[in-house]
Amino acid sequence: MVVLRLAGKGRTVAVQPKAASGSLYRGREGMWSWVAHRIAGVLIFFFLFAHVLDTALVRVSPEAYNTVIGTYQNPVVAFGEIGLVAAVVFHAYNGIRIILVDTNTWATRNQRRLFWVVVGLWVVTMGPFIWRHLSHVFG
Amino acid sequence: MSVDAPSKKPIAEAVEVPTFQITLRIERYNPEFDTESHYEDYEVTVHGTDRVLDALHTIKWDMDGSLSFRRSCAHGVCGSDAMRINGKNRLACKTLVKDVNPDKPITIEPIKGLPVEKDLIVDMEPFFDSYREIMPFLVTTGHEPTHERIQSQADKDRFDDTTKCILCAACTSSCPVFWNDGQYFGPAAIVNAHRFIFDSRDEAGDQRLQILNDKEGVWRCRTVFNCTEACPRGIEVTKAIAEVKRAIITRRV
Repeated sequence: MVVLRLAGKGRTVAVQPKAASGSLYRGREGMWSWVAHRIAGVLIFFFLFAHVLDTALVRVSPEAYNTVIGTYQNPVVAFGEIGLVAAVVFHAYNGIRIILVDTNTWATRNQRRLFWVVVGLWVVTMGPFIWRHLSHVFG
Repeated sequence: MSVDAPSKKPIAEAVEVPTFQITLRIERYNPEFDTESHYEDYEVTVHGTDRVLDALHTIKWDMDGSLSFRRSCAHGVCGSDAMRINGKNRLACKTLVKDVNPDKPITIEPIKGLPVEKDLIVDMEPFFDSYREIMPFLVTTGHEPTHERIQSQADKDRFDDTTKCILCAACTSSCPVFWNDGQYFGPAAIVNAHRFIFDSRDEAGDQRLQILNDKEGVWRCRTVFNCTEACPRGIEVTKAIAEVKRAIITRRV
Protein backbone atom coordinates (compact mmCIF):
# COMPACT_ATOMS: atom_id res chain seq x y z
CA MET A 1 0.00 0.00 0.00
CA VAL A 2 1.18 3.48 -0.84
CA VAL A 3 1.09 6.26 1.67
CA LEU A 4 0.53 9.79 0.45
CA ARG A 5 1.49 12.99 2.13
CA LEU A 6 -1.03 15.65 1.23
CA ALA A 7 0.67 18.90 0.37
CA GLY A 8 -0.26 21.79 2.64
CA LYS A 9 -2.21 19.72 5.13
CA GLY A 10 0.84 17.86 6.40
CA ARG A 11 -1.27 14.82 7.18
CA THR A 12 -0.43 11.28 6.13
CA VAL A 13 -3.39 9.61 4.52
CA ALA A 14 -3.59 6.01 3.38
CA VAL A 15 -4.72 5.68 -0.24
CA GLN A 16 -7.15 2.95 0.69
CA PRO A 17 -8.56 3.94 4.06
CA LYS A 18 -9.23 0.93 6.19
CA ALA A 19 -12.87 -0.05 6.33
CA ALA A 20 -14.60 0.64 9.63
CA SER A 21 -14.05 -2.19 12.03
CA GLY A 22 -16.92 -4.66 12.09
CA SER A 23 -16.99 -5.65 15.73
CA LEU A 24 -20.05 -4.84 17.77
CA TYR A 25 -20.18 -1.81 20.05
CA ARG A 26 -21.45 -2.82 23.47
CA GLY A 27 -24.08 -0.22 24.07
CA ARG A 28 -26.69 -0.49 26.78
CA GLU A 29 -30.48 -0.11 26.92
CA GLY A 30 -30.43 3.21 25.04
CA MET A 31 -28.65 1.71 22.05
CA TRP A 32 -30.74 -1.47 21.90
CA SER A 33 -33.98 0.47 22.23
CA TRP A 34 -32.84 2.57 19.28
CA VAL A 35 -31.97 -0.55 17.23
CA ALA A 36 -35.33 -2.16 18.06
CA HIS A 37 -37.14 1.12 17.28
CA ARG A 38 -35.47 1.23 13.85
CA ILE A 39 -36.23 -2.39 13.02
CA ALA A 40 -39.86 -2.00 14.16
CA GLY A 41 -40.15 1.20 12.10
CA VAL A 42 -38.84 -0.47 8.93
CA LEU A 43 -41.14 -3.47 9.44
CA ILE A 44 -44.15 -1.17 9.84
CA PHE A 45 -43.12 0.72 6.71
CA PHE A 46 -43.06 -2.48 4.65
CA PHE A 47 -46.41 -3.49 6.07
CA LEU A 48 -47.91 -0.09 5.19
CA PHE A 49 -46.53 -0.46 1.66
CA ALA A 50 -48.37 -3.77 1.16
CA HIS A 51 -51.37 -2.45 3.10
CA VAL A 52 -51.82 0.59 0.83
CA LEU A 53 -51.62 -1.68 -2.23
CA ASP A 54 -54.17 -4.23 -1.05
CA THR A 55 -56.54 -1.57 0.28
CA ALA A 56 -56.29 0.28 -3.04
CA LEU A 57 -57.58 -2.89 -4.71
CA VAL A 58 -61.07 -2.07 -3.44
CA ARG A 59 -61.08 0.74 -6.02
CA VAL A 60 -60.24 -1.81 -8.73
CA SER A 61 -62.97 -4.20 -7.76
CA PRO A 62 -64.44 -5.26 -4.42
CA GLU A 63 -64.23 -8.92 -5.52
CA ALA A 64 -60.47 -8.69 -6.14
CA TYR A 65 -60.12 -7.03 -2.74
CA ASN A 66 -62.07 -9.83 -1.06
CA THR A 67 -59.97 -12.48 -2.85
CA VAL A 68 -56.69 -10.92 -1.71
CA ILE A 69 -57.88 -10.39 1.86
CA GLY A 70 -59.20 -13.97 1.80
CA THR A 71 -55.69 -15.29 1.16
CA TYR A 72 -54.63 -13.72 4.48
CA GLN A 73 -56.89 -16.09 6.43
CA ASN A 74 -54.23 -18.64 7.34
CA PRO A 75 -52.02 -19.34 10.39
CA VAL A 76 -48.81 -18.09 8.73
CA VAL A 77 -50.27 -14.62 8.22
CA ALA A 78 -51.81 -14.84 11.70
CA PHE A 79 -48.32 -15.13 13.18
CA GLY A 80 -47.18 -12.33 10.89
CA GLU A 81 -49.95 -10.21 12.37
CA ILE A 82 -48.63 -10.91 15.85
CA GLY A 83 -45.25 -9.65 14.65
CA LEU A 84 -46.89 -6.56 13.18
CA VAL A 85 -48.78 -5.73 16.39
CA ALA A 86 -45.59 -6.38 18.40
CA ALA A 87 -43.70 -3.90 16.20
CA VAL A 88 -46.45 -1.25 16.32
CA VAL A 89 -46.92 -1.54 20.09
CA PHE A 90 -43.17 -1.31 20.79
CA HIS A 91 -42.73 1.58 18.34
CA ALA A 92 -45.64 3.43 19.96
CA TYR A 93 -44.52 3.02 23.58
CA ASN A 94 -40.86 3.66 22.80
CA GLY A 95 -41.87 6.67 20.70
CA ILE A 96 -43.49 8.16 23.81
CA ARG A 97 -40.29 7.38 25.74
CA ILE A 98 -38.21 9.22 23.12
CA ILE A 99 -40.50 12.26 23.26
CA LEU A 100 -40.18 12.32 27.05
CA VAL A 101 -36.39 11.88 26.89
CA ASP A 102 -36.11 14.84 24.52
CA THR A 103 -38.40 17.14 26.46
CA ASN A 104 -37.98 16.30 30.11
CA THR A 105 -34.77 16.27 32.16
CA TRP A 106 -36.05 13.67 34.59
CA ALA A 107 -36.82 11.33 31.66
CA THR A 108 -33.37 11.97 30.15
CA ARG A 109 -31.75 10.93 33.40
CA ASN A 110 -34.03 7.89 33.84
CA GLN A 111 -34.10 6.70 30.24
CA ARG A 112 -32.87 3.21 31.15
CA ARG A 113 -35.66 2.76 33.68
CA LEU A 114 -38.15 4.11 31.13
CA PHE A 115 -36.93 1.54 28.61
CA TRP A 116 -37.84 -1.27 31.02
CA VAL A 117 -41.21 0.41 31.59
CA VAL A 118 -41.68 0.27 27.80
CA VAL A 119 -40.73 -3.41 27.76
CA GLY A 120 -43.12 -4.06 30.65
CA LEU A 121 -46.02 -2.27 28.95
CA TRP A 122 -45.22 -4.10 25.74
CA VAL A 123 -45.44 -7.49 27.48
CA VAL A 124 -48.65 -6.49 29.28
CA THR A 125 -50.19 -5.42 25.97
CA MET A 126 -48.95 -8.34 23.90
CA GLY A 127 -49.97 -11.11 26.32
CA PRO A 128 -53.76 -10.59 26.16
CA PHE A 129 -53.55 -9.70 22.47
CA ILE A 130 -51.77 -12.93 21.53
CA TRP A 131 -54.23 -14.97 23.60
CA ARG A 132 -57.23 -13.26 22.00
CA HIS A 133 -55.75 -13.31 18.51
CA LEU A 134 -54.79 -16.99 18.54
CA SER A 135 -58.12 -18.07 20.01
CA HIS A 136 -59.74 -16.10 17.19
CA VAL A 137 -57.53 -17.74 14.53
CA PHE A 138 -57.68 -21.32 15.83
CA GLY A 139 -61.00 -21.13 17.68
CA MET B 1 6.46 -1.09 78.10
CA SER B 2 9.00 -3.52 76.82
CA VAL B 3 10.74 -2.98 73.53
CA ASP B 4 9.32 -6.04 71.83
CA ALA B 5 5.72 -5.35 72.86
CA PRO B 6 4.53 -4.08 69.49
CA SER B 7 5.63 -7.30 67.80
CA LYS B 8 3.27 -9.32 69.97
CA LYS B 9 0.31 -7.33 68.79
CA PRO B 10 -1.12 -8.96 65.64
CA ILE B 11 -1.15 -6.34 62.91
CA ALA B 12 -2.67 -6.72 59.50
CA GLU B 13 0.02 -8.26 57.39
CA ALA B 14 1.03 -6.22 54.36
CA VAL B 15 -0.21 -8.23 51.40
CA GLU B 16 1.63 -8.07 48.13
CA VAL B 17 -0.42 -6.70 45.27
CA PRO B 18 -1.30 -9.78 43.24
CA THR B 19 0.02 -10.08 39.72
CA PHE B 20 -1.79 -12.02 37.04
CA GLN B 21 -1.53 -13.02 33.42
CA ILE B 22 -3.85 -11.40 30.92
CA THR B 23 -4.29 -11.60 27.18
CA LEU B 24 -4.72 -8.41 25.22
CA ARG B 25 -6.29 -8.88 21.80
CA ILE B 26 -5.30 -5.74 19.91
CA GLU B 27 -6.55 -4.67 16.50
CA ARG B 28 -3.44 -3.94 14.45
CA TYR B 29 -3.19 -2.07 11.18
CA ASN B 30 -0.05 -0.85 9.47
CA PRO B 31 -0.86 1.35 6.46
CA GLU B 32 2.51 0.55 4.85
CA PHE B 33 1.92 -3.20 4.60
CA ASP B 34 -1.69 -4.06 5.43
CA THR B 35 -4.82 -3.63 3.37
CA GLU B 36 -6.97 -4.74 6.27
CA SER B 37 -6.63 -4.79 10.00
CA HIS B 38 -6.08 -7.97 12.01
CA TYR B 39 -6.02 -8.95 15.67
CA GLU B 40 -2.90 -9.88 17.58
CA ASP B 41 -2.79 -11.48 21.02
CA TYR B 42 -0.29 -10.46 23.68
CA GLU B 43 0.27 -12.26 26.97
CA VAL B 44 1.11 -9.69 29.62
CA THR B 45 1.81 -9.96 33.33
CA VAL B 46 0.10 -7.11 35.18
CA HIS B 47 -0.31 -5.98 38.76
CA GLY B 48 -3.72 -5.89 40.35
CA THR B 49 -3.51 -2.11 40.36
CA ASP B 50 -2.50 -1.73 36.72
CA ARG B 51 -4.53 0.10 34.13
CA VAL B 52 -5.03 -1.01 30.55
CA LEU B 53 -2.58 1.73 29.58
CA ASP B 54 0.12 0.09 31.74
CA ALA B 55 -0.42 -3.20 29.89
CA LEU B 56 -0.12 -1.35 26.56
CA HIS B 57 3.12 0.24 27.80
CA THR B 58 4.48 -3.20 28.74
CA ILE B 59 3.76 -4.39 25.20
CA LYS B 60 5.23 -1.32 23.53
CA TRP B 61 8.31 -1.06 25.72
CA ASP B 62 9.20 -4.73 26.27
CA MET B 63 7.50 -6.86 23.65
CA ASP B 64 6.59 -5.16 20.39
CA GLY B 65 7.80 -1.63 19.77
CA SER B 66 5.76 -1.35 16.58
CA LEU B 67 2.48 -1.03 18.51
CA SER B 68 1.16 2.52 18.07
CA PHE B 69 -1.26 4.38 20.30
CA ARG B 70 -1.68 7.91 21.58
CA ARG B 71 -1.17 8.95 25.17
CA SER B 72 0.17 12.10 26.72
CA CYS B 73 -0.61 12.77 30.36
CA ALA B 74 -1.67 9.20 31.20
CA HIS B 75 -3.90 10.53 33.98
CA GLY B 76 -7.26 11.14 32.34
CA VAL B 77 -6.79 14.83 31.66
CA CYS B 78 -5.44 15.19 28.12
CA GLY B 79 -7.94 12.86 26.43
CA SER B 80 -5.44 11.21 24.08
CA ASP B 81 -5.98 7.52 24.76
CA ALA B 82 -9.66 6.93 24.06
CA MET B 83 -10.05 3.45 22.60
CA ARG B 84 -12.56 0.64 22.46
CA ILE B 85 -11.87 -1.69 25.38
CA ASN B 86 -14.03 -4.82 25.29
CA GLY B 87 -16.38 -3.08 22.88
CA LYS B 88 -16.86 0.13 24.88
CA ASN B 89 -15.17 3.49 24.49
CA ARG B 90 -12.96 4.25 27.46
CA LEU B 91 -9.73 5.97 28.35
CA ALA B 92 -6.99 3.34 28.69
CA CYS B 93 -5.47 5.43 31.49
CA LYS B 94 -8.67 5.42 33.56
CA THR B 95 -9.58 1.74 33.11
CA LEU B 96 -8.21 -0.76 35.62
CA VAL B 97 -7.41 -4.16 34.14
CA LYS B 98 -9.21 -5.88 37.03
CA ASP B 99 -12.43 -4.06 36.09
CA VAL B 100 -12.65 -5.37 32.51
CA ASN B 101 -12.82 -9.11 33.18
CA PRO B 102 -9.14 -10.11 32.96
CA ASP B 103 -10.06 -13.84 32.84
CA LYS B 104 -10.93 -13.53 29.18
CA PRO B 105 -8.86 -11.87 26.44
CA ILE B 106 -9.37 -8.10 26.59
CA THR B 107 -10.16 -6.69 23.14
CA ILE B 108 -8.63 -3.34 22.30
CA GLU B 109 -9.68 -1.58 19.12
CA PRO B 110 -9.42 1.97 17.80
CA ILE B 111 -12.45 4.21 18.30
CA LYS B 112 -15.06 3.82 15.57
CA GLY B 113 -16.14 6.22 12.85
CA LEU B 114 -12.81 8.00 12.32
CA PRO B 115 -10.25 6.78 9.73
CA VAL B 116 -7.59 4.58 11.30
CA GLU B 117 -4.07 5.78 10.60
CA LYS B 118 -2.14 3.08 12.40
CA ASP B 119 -3.10 0.52 15.04
CA LEU B 120 -5.04 2.48 17.69
CA ILE B 121 -4.34 5.91 16.20
CA VAL B 122 -7.21 7.50 14.29
CA ASP B 123 -7.39 10.70 12.26
CA MET B 124 -8.97 13.20 14.67
CA GLU B 125 -9.25 16.01 12.11
CA PRO B 126 -12.95 15.42 11.20
CA PHE B 127 -13.68 15.49 14.94
CA PHE B 128 -11.84 18.78 15.49
CA ASP B 129 -13.36 20.29 12.31
CA SER B 130 -16.82 19.90 13.88
CA TYR B 131 -15.48 21.30 17.14
CA ARG B 132 -14.13 24.41 15.40
CA GLU B 133 -17.39 24.96 13.56
CA ILE B 134 -19.39 25.62 16.70
CA MET B 135 -17.02 28.49 17.65
CA PRO B 136 -15.62 27.18 20.94
CA PHE B 137 -14.57 30.56 22.29
CA LEU B 138 -16.14 33.45 24.18
CA VAL B 139 -17.80 36.01 21.91
CA THR B 140 -18.60 39.43 23.36
CA THR B 141 -19.34 42.94 22.13
CA GLY B 142 -18.76 46.35 23.62
CA HIS B 143 -15.96 47.52 25.85
CA GLU B 144 -13.76 45.02 27.55
CA PRO B 145 -14.36 45.31 31.30
CA THR B 146 -11.42 46.30 33.46
CA HIS B 147 -12.26 43.52 35.93
CA GLU B 148 -13.48 39.94 35.56
CA ARG B 149 -16.76 39.18 33.83
CA ILE B 150 -18.80 38.47 36.95
CA GLN B 151 -21.22 35.56 36.92
CA SER B 152 -23.57 34.24 39.59
CA GLN B 153 -23.25 30.68 40.83
CA ALA B 154 -26.69 29.89 39.41
CA ASP B 155 -25.60 31.09 35.97
CA LYS B 156 -22.42 29.04 36.20
CA ASP B 157 -24.35 25.92 37.20
CA ARG B 158 -26.27 25.95 33.91
CA PHE B 159 -23.22 24.94 31.88
CA ASP B 160 -20.92 23.62 34.61
CA ASP B 161 -21.29 20.00 33.47
CA THR B 162 -20.22 20.66 29.88
CA THR B 163 -17.04 22.53 30.90
CA LYS B 164 -15.58 19.18 31.95
CA CYS B 165 -15.03 17.99 28.35
CA ILE B 166 -11.46 16.95 27.49
CA LEU B 167 -12.13 16.35 23.75
CA CYS B 168 -11.13 12.68 23.84
CA ALA B 169 -13.79 11.77 21.21
CA ALA B 170 -15.07 8.82 23.28
CA CYS B 171 -18.63 10.18 22.95
CA THR B 172 -18.59 11.13 19.27
CA SER B 173 -17.03 7.81 18.25
CA SER B 174 -19.59 5.85 20.29
CA CYS B 175 -22.50 7.40 18.38
CA PRO B 176 -24.15 5.14 15.75
CA VAL B 177 -25.36 8.22 13.87
CA PHE B 178 -21.77 9.46 13.60
CA TRP B 179 -20.52 6.04 12.39
CA ASN B 180 -22.98 6.14 9.51
CA ASP B 181 -22.75 9.83 8.73
CA GLY B 182 -19.43 11.52 9.38
CA GLN B 183 -21.03 14.89 8.59
CA TYR B 184 -22.98 14.84 11.86
CA PHE B 185 -21.49 17.33 14.32
CA GLY B 186 -21.38 14.63 16.97
CA PRO B 187 -21.91 14.80 20.74
CA ALA B 188 -18.57 16.44 21.61
CA ALA B 189 -19.12 19.46 19.35
CA ILE B 190 -22.65 19.91 20.73
CA VAL B 191 -21.38 19.60 24.32
CA ASN B 192 -18.84 22.35 23.66
CA ALA B 193 -21.46 24.51 21.97
CA HIS B 194 -23.68 23.97 25.03
CA ARG B 195 -20.82 25.23 27.22
CA PHE B 196 -21.01 28.64 25.50
CA ILE B 197 -24.71 28.79 24.55
CA PHE B 198 -25.73 28.60 28.21
CA ASP B 199 -22.94 30.91 29.44
CA SER B 200 -24.51 34.20 30.49
CA ARG B 201 -21.30 36.06 29.52
CA ASP B 202 -21.36 34.88 25.90
CA GLU B 203 -23.23 36.75 23.17
CA ALA B 204 -23.08 34.36 20.20
CA GLY B 205 -25.60 31.84 21.52
CA ASP B 206 -28.07 32.52 18.69
CA GLN B 207 -25.36 32.00 16.10
CA ARG B 208 -24.35 28.69 17.62
CA LEU B 209 -27.98 27.56 17.84
CA GLN B 210 -28.34 28.40 14.16
CA ILE B 211 -25.26 26.31 13.31
CA LEU B 212 -26.66 23.37 15.27
CA ASN B 213 -30.14 23.75 13.72
CA ASP B 214 -28.55 22.38 10.53
CA LYS B 215 -29.74 19.03 9.20
CA GLU B 216 -26.40 17.59 10.38
CA GLY B 217 -26.86 19.31 13.73
CA VAL B 218 -28.66 18.34 16.93
CA TRP B 219 -31.66 16.84 15.10
CA ARG B 220 -29.60 13.86 14.03
CA CYS B 221 -29.37 12.83 17.67
CA ARG B 222 -31.51 9.74 18.19
CA THR B 223 -31.03 9.62 21.98
CA VAL B 224 -29.02 6.40 21.85
CA PHE B 225 -27.17 7.42 25.06
CA ASN B 226 -23.92 5.67 24.05
CA CYS B 227 -22.20 9.06 24.45
CA THR B 228 -23.42 9.50 28.02
CA GLU B 229 -22.25 5.98 28.92
CA ALA B 230 -18.89 6.50 27.20
CA CYS B 231 -17.90 9.89 28.63
CA PRO B 232 -14.88 9.36 30.92
CA ARG B 233 -15.68 12.69 32.63
CA GLY B 234 -19.23 11.70 33.47
CA ILE B 235 -20.80 14.51 31.45
CA GLU B 236 -24.53 14.00 30.87
CA VAL B 237 -24.00 14.36 27.13
CA THR B 238 -27.46 13.41 25.90
CA LYS B 239 -29.03 15.75 28.46
CA ALA B 240 -26.88 18.60 27.13
CA ILE B 241 -27.94 17.80 23.55
CA ALA B 242 -31.59 17.72 24.64
CA GLU B 243 -31.16 21.17 26.24
CA VAL B 244 -29.75 22.54 22.98
CA LYS B 245 -32.68 20.99 21.07
CA ARG B 246 -35.11 22.70 23.44
CA ALA B 247 -33.28 26.01 23.18
CA ILE B 248 -33.58 25.88 19.39
CA ILE B 249 -37.32 25.12 19.53
CA THR B 250 -38.18 27.73 22.15
CA ARG B 251 -35.59 30.25 20.88
CA ARG B 252 -34.84 30.87 24.51
CA VAL B 253 -31.62 30.03 26.28
